[in-house]
Amino acid sequence: MTFTAETEQKLQTIWGRYPEGRKRSAVIPMLMYAQDEAGQVTQEIIAEVAKRCEVTPLQVEEVVGYYSMLNKQKMGKHHVQVCTNIACLLMGGEELWQHAVKRLGIGHKQVTADGLISLEEVECAGACSWAPCVVDGFEYHHHMTFEKLDQLLDSIQKKVQ
Amino acid sequence: MSTPTAAPPTVVNFSVDGRQLSAPPGTLLIDACKRAGIEIPAFCYYEGYSLQAACRMCLVEVEKMPKLQTACTLPVSEGMIVRSETEQIHKARKGTLEFLLTNHPLDCPVCDKGGECELQDMVFRYGAGESRFTEVKHHEPERQWSPVVFYDPARCILCYRCVRACNEGMGVGALGVGNRGVYSEIVPNMVDHLECDECGACIDICPVGALTSNTYRYKTRPWEMQHVGTICTHCSNGCKTTLGVRNDEIVRGNNRDRSGINGEFLCIKGRYGFDFAQHEERVTAPMIRINGKLEAVSWSKALGFVAEKFKSVSASGGTFGVVAGTHLTNEELFYLQKFTRAGLKSSNIDHIRSGDFVTLLDAVSGNLESLATTDDLYQTKAALVIGSDLSQQHPLLAFQLRADVRHHNASIYTVTPGPVREANYSKTSVISPVGQELEALAGLSEQLKGEKEVVILFGDSIKGQKVRDLVAWASELGIPVKYVCLVDYSNSRGAMDMGAMPDLLAGYAVDPHPGLSLGQMLNHDGLDVLWVAGENPLRHTALASTKAFVVTQTMFLDETAQRADVVFPSASAYEKNGTATNVTGQVQRLKAAVRTMGAKTDLEIFGLIAKEMGLAAEIGVWTHDVVFKEIHKSVRGYNVPLPILITGGAAATNPVNGKVAVDVRVDEIRSAGDTLFTSGELGRYSKLLTSVPEFPGALYKR
Amino acid sequence: MFNEPHPDEVRVISQRFGIPNSASIDTYLAHEGYVGFMKAAEMTPEQIIEELKVSSLRGRGGAGFPTGLKWSFIPRDNPKPKYVVVNADESEPGTCKDRLLIQNDPHQLIEGCMIAARTIGCKLGYIYIRGEYRYLIDIMDKALEEAYAHGYLGKNIRGTGIDFDLYTHTGAGAYECGEESALLESLEGKRGVPRIRPPFPAVSGLYASPTVLNNVETFCAVPAVLRMGGQAYADLGTPKNGGTRMLCVSGHVNKPGVYEVPLGFSMQKMIYDVCGGIRGGKKLKAVIPGGSSSPVLRADECDFPMDYDNYARMKTMAGSGGMMVMDEDTDIVKVALRTMRFYAHESCGWCIPCREGTTWLRKILTRMDEGTGRRADIDLIYELAKNMLGRTFCPLGDAAAMPTIGFVEKFRDEFEARLRENVMPVTSPDQLIAIG
Repeated sequence: MTFTAETEQKLQTIWGRYPEGRKRSAVIPMLMYAQDEAGQVTQEIIAEVAKRCEVTPLQVEEVVGYYSMLNKQKMGKHHVQVCTNIACLLMGGEELWQHAVKRLGIGHKQVTADGLISLEEVECAGACSWAPCVVDGFEYHHHMTFEKLDQLLDSIQKKVQ
Repeated sequence: MSTPTAAPPTVVNFSVDGRQLSAPPGTLLIDACKRAGIEIPAFCYYEGYSLQAACRMCLVEVEKMPKLQTACTLPVSEGMIVRSETEQIHKARKGTLEFLLTNHPLDCPVCDKGGECELQDMVFRYGAGESRFTEVKHHEPERQWSPVVFYDPARCILCYRCVRACNEGMGVGALGVGNRGVYSEIVPNMVDHLECDECGACIDICPVGALTSNTYRYKTRPWEMQHVGTICTHCSNGCKTTLGVRNDEIVRGNNRDRSGINGEFLCIKGRYGFDFAQHEERVTAPMIRINGKLEAVSWSKALGFVAEKFKSVSASGGTFGVVAGTHLTNEELFYLQKFTRAGLKSSNIDHIRSGDFVTLLDAVSGNLESLATTDDLYQTKAALVIGSDLSQQHPLLAFQLRADVRHHNASIYTVTPGPVREANYSKTSVISPVGQELEALAGLSEQLKGEKEVVILFGDSIKGQKVRDLVAWASELGIPVKYVCLVDYSNSRGAMDMGAMPDLLAGYAVDPHPGLSLGQMLNHDGLDVLWVAGENPLRHTALASTKAFVVTQTMFLDETAQRADVVFPSASAYEKNGTATNVTGQVQRLKAAVRTMGAKTDLEIFGLIAKEMGLAAEIGVWTHDVVFKEIHKSVRGYNVPLPILITGGAAATNPVNGKVAVDVRVDEIRSAGDTLFTSGELGRYSKLLTSVPEFPGALYKR
Repeated sequence: MFNEPHPDEVRVISQRFGIPNSASIDTYLAHEGYVGFMKAAEMTPEQIIEELKVSSLRGRGGAGFPTGLKWSFIPRDNPKPKYVVVNADESEPGTCKDRLLIQNDPHQLIEGCMIAARTIGCKLGYIYIRGEYRYLIDIMDKALEEAYAHGYLGKNIRGTGIDFDLYTHTGAGAYECGEESALLESLEGKRGVPRIRPPFPAVSGLYASPTVLNNVETFCAVPAVLRMGGQAYADLGTPKNGGTRMLCVSGHVNKPGVYEVPLGFSMQKMIYDVCGGIRGGKKLKAVIPGGSSSPVLRADECDFPMDYDNYARMKTMAGSGGMMVMDEDTDIVKVALRTMRFYAHESCGWCIPCREGTTWLRKILTRMDEGTGRRADIDLIYELAKNMLGRTFCPLGDAAAMPTIGFVEKFRDEFEARLRENVMPVTSPDQLIAIG
C-alpha cells in the first residue's frame, strides 16, 4: 500500500524510533497518521501496518477497536469534538453539544451528508480551566459559547464555498 | 572462613482457613489450595496458560495485606495466613457473580452448555438467589465464524481462555479481544470469520455457552448422552476422545475429562471427524459380484463363498496376498497375520508403510532408553524435528513440544523442506530440500552438543540407510538421544509390532520364510487371492493379476471394492473394542461407542472365515480379550501392566532388543502427507472435514 | 498562558510561562536551562536519588508516590536496557496542567528526562502523549529537534559521555492508558489493558525491562530540585509534602486557571483569593479536589491546607490536582451521572467488577437523572460501588466507585429529590401500572 510522500516519511520516522524486534510499538502511531490521510482506518491500512510492524492483522484489529480515536467509519473532513465532561458540563458543555446537534442535524459520531463535518461528544479534552471546550480535528477552541460555536461552524462551511 | 549459605527452602509452610499446608516454593496459592482440596473459584485462571487475574472470583484475604488478593497470581510464602471463607469473601464472590449476570442472557433453557456450565455451577454455589438488575441488558447477536464455530457475545464472560488456548496452546492465534469496556468481545482473525485449525479447543475450553460447535448445537443435553472414552481413529498420535453418544449416534467428541495422553488436546479430526462412521454410504450388507455387479447377499453365503475359494487356492499351492489396514486394532492385526501364516501357510502379508521404524529398531538395538513417549516430548530439554510439518501431521506431538517450550523453555530445532509453525518458537529452523536433511543436521551439531538431551522425530524422508546415518550422527552428539519414527495412522505402529509384514513376525523376529510385500503383491500377475481388511490399496494402483479373487472388508464402496469379488461390511474403530498403539509406542484401549447395522468388526469377520474354513482351532479364539492375552504373553514389548490398560491409561511398549536383520523395502515406505483436514480413506467420508474452508490444507505453508 | 499569574503563586516549574518564545531552547538556556542536568552529570546516581528523597517530591500524576524512592527501585546491575517513560496521557477530568508544561516549557521536561536517564543508566526514553494533544506532540518534536541540534540529546551529550535518545509517542484516545502499566502496554503497541503487578515497572516495565515512569509535572520538577537542592525544594511545601504543584481550577469560580502553589496552600485561599470567589455572587456547594477520581467535598469541608496528607485526612485525594468548583445551583445527580458515563466509557473491560459495575451504575444513574429512579436505587448505587471497591484489576474501579460513594453519602437529599415518587408523585392508582 502506498501513502503520500509526507505520510510515508512520517511512518518511517515513527518506525525508526523503536529498537530492533520491538516494532510492534509503532502500530498505534502508524495507525493515527495513516488515518489522518485516509480519514478512517481501512482494512488495507490494517494489513499494511501489520506487515510493517511484524504482527498479525488480528493484533492490529484488536488495537483499532480499543482506542476511541481510531475509526473504521469515515469521519467528516472536520471532526468537531464537544467536551461534556465535568468541568465543561459545569460551564454549559451539555447545552453546547445539543446546540451543535440541532444545528447540524447529526448525532454522536455521525457525518453531515456532504461529508464536511462530523460530531463527537468527547471525554475530558484537557481544557478544564478554559471550559467549555470544542476541538476541531486537533485544534483547540476555549471559552466556547453558542455564538463562538456558530462562528466556528460557519467558518468551516464557508471554506468549502 | 566464609559461612556456608543456607540451601533454598524446598517447602513453604502456610495456612488456609486454619489448616496448615505446605507446597514447593513458587506454587500459586490457588494451585496449592486445589491440591489440598480447598476450592477457590475461578473462571479465567486455567492451568497451563498465562495468568489473567481478570474474573476476580479467586479473591482471598491474606493477613498483613490490606487489599484482597487474587489467589491465581499470588505465590505461597512462608508463614502466610489466608482466609477464603469469610463473610467479606462470600460477599465478594456473590457481588462479582451478580455483576457478571447483569449482561449475561438467561439462555439456560436453550444453551448447549446447560448442565455442564461453570457459570451455572458457580452461581449455584456462590451466587445470590436473585439479581437486583432491572436495566436493559447490552446485547449483540450471535455470530457464525466457521462451519464449526459459533460465538455469542452476550453469553461471553470474557475469561480469555479461548484466546490463550488458541494462541498459547495451539500456536495459531486466531482469536483476539476487540472493542473496549462492556462492548468488549472476542474477535476472529479474519474480521468476520475464522481461518484456523478448526480444532474446537476454544469451544471446549469455554466455561459457558459463548462458543458452541455447529455439529453439536441444540442436539441434546449432556445428561442424555452416554460418554464413551476411546482412542481417535485418525492419525497415529493416539489421542483419547470421549464420544458423546445419544440413541446410538455419536453427537460429539471432546476430552474435557483430560484423560489419556492428550489431556484436553484434540484436533479437528479427534473432536469432529467421527461423522465418517455415520455416513449414509456405509456398506451394511455383505456383497458378492454376480455378473459384474455387486449384489447384497447373506453373511452365510458370502462367508461360505470366500472360505471355499480360500481353501481351494490353499490346496493348490496358489498365491495369497493379504493387506492389513493401519486402522485395525492390535488384536485384528495379530489375528490376521496368524491367520495368514498359520492358516493360509503364507507370509504374504503387509500394510501401507509410512515410516521406517524397522531400521530404527535395528539401529538402536540394545539401547532400551531410545524410544520416546508423548510424555518425553513434554519433558525433554530439546527436540529435533526432521522432515515433518508436525502441527499439521502430528498435532498432539506438536502440542506437547509447544507446551514444553512454554512451560519449560525447551529448545526446538527443525529441518524441513518448507516453513513450519514450530519456527515461531524454535531455537533454530532450517529449510532443507528432501534428501539433504543429513547435510543440514551437520550444521546443527554444535548447537545440539550444548543441549542436555534431545528427542529426534523424523518423517518418511529418513528411511533405510539414512536412518542408520541419523542414529550414527546423533550418537556423536554425546548426549542421551531418544527417537520417534513418525508414521501416519492410528495403528500404523501396531501393524508393525504385530507382524503384519512379510519378513517379520509379531515382535520383530525374522520370518524364516519371508513373503511378498504390498508392492510385490499388487504387481504379481500370478496372484490368486487379494484379501484386504480396512485398506484401499487399489486407490491409485491397478491390480496386475486379472485373475485374482479380491475380498475386501470395508466401510465404503471404494476403489478396491469396485474391483472386489466379495465385499464384507466392516466396523469403524469407534465400533470396536480392542487396543491400538500410537506412534510413540503407547498402547491404549479402544471402547466401542456405537454400532452400525449390518457391519461386523474385522476381527469377527476373520474369525468367521476361519471357522468356515475349519481353521478355528489352528488360529484360535477370535474375541478381542483372548487375542490380547496372547499378544500380552508373546509379543515383544507388550508385556505391559494390565491395570493401566484396563483403566483406560496408556502403557508404553518397548520392542527394542536385538538386531532386526531384514532388508527393508525402502521404496514402499511413503507417508500419505495428510494435513489437519485430510485423513486418508476416512477423511473422504467426513462431511465436516471436507466442508471447512481450510480443506484440504497444505503442508509446509506455516 | 491562559490565565493571569497570581502573586500568591510560587512559580518554580511555571517560571518561564509568559516569556516570549518560552518554548525555544535559546530562551530555555537563557533561563537556567539544562543547568540541572549538567549538575546531575557530575553527581552519582545515589546522590541524585538522595537529593530527590530529601526534596520529598511525590508523583504529580495522581498516585503521589515518593519519586526518589521510585527511582531507587531500578536494579542498576540488571543487564537489560533501562527506559525512561513520561506519562503525558493527561486524561483525568479536571486536569489541564501537563498541557501547559509541554506547550510553554518543553525543554524543562526534556531536562527532567535526561536527569532520570543519567540516574538509572538509561539510553532511550519515550514521552507518551495522549492522541488528542497532537499540537503539543508537534511542539515537543520541535523542542527535541532543537535539543539534538544543540547537543543536549544523542551521543555524548555536551561532552558528559552520557548517551540519551528521547522521542514522542502518540496515544489514540484511552483514559486507562494513563495507568502506568496500561500505558506501557499501549507503548508496546497493544490494547491499553493493565498488567499483573508485581512485577512493577521499575523491575519489569517497557519491553519487560527496568523503567522509570512518571508524570510530566514530576519530571519537570526534577531540574529545579537539582538546581536549588532538595532541602530548598522541600522547604517550599510542608513536611513530607515538599515543593509546589500546578493546581487546575475549573468550574464556577471567577478566575479559573492553572496556578502553581506550594504544597499546603489553603483551599479557601485558592477559591476565594486566587480564583476570585464563586462567580455571579453564588454560594459554594461542593468541590471535586483532585480530578474526577477523588471523592467530592462539601462546602463546609473545603478549608484545609492542600497537601497529600491532608487530602487523605479529609477522606479524599490530592490526585491530579484537577479542582472542580461547584456552586449552589449545580445538579449533583447530573455530575454523578456524567462521572459514571466517563468511567463506563473508559473502562478497558478486562475485569468483571469494573466492566459490568460501571455500566450498571451508569444505567441506574441515567434513570435517576431522567426522574425514573426508585427509592431502592440510592442504596443500590451505594452497594454496587462498594462491591467494586478494592476488587478490580486496577484502580479505575476504585476511581469510579469512590466518587460515587462520596456523592451519595454527602448529597443524598439531592438523589432523593430526584426519585420518581418525588418527581412524578402518584395521584391516581392507574399511574402505578406505568411505574411498574
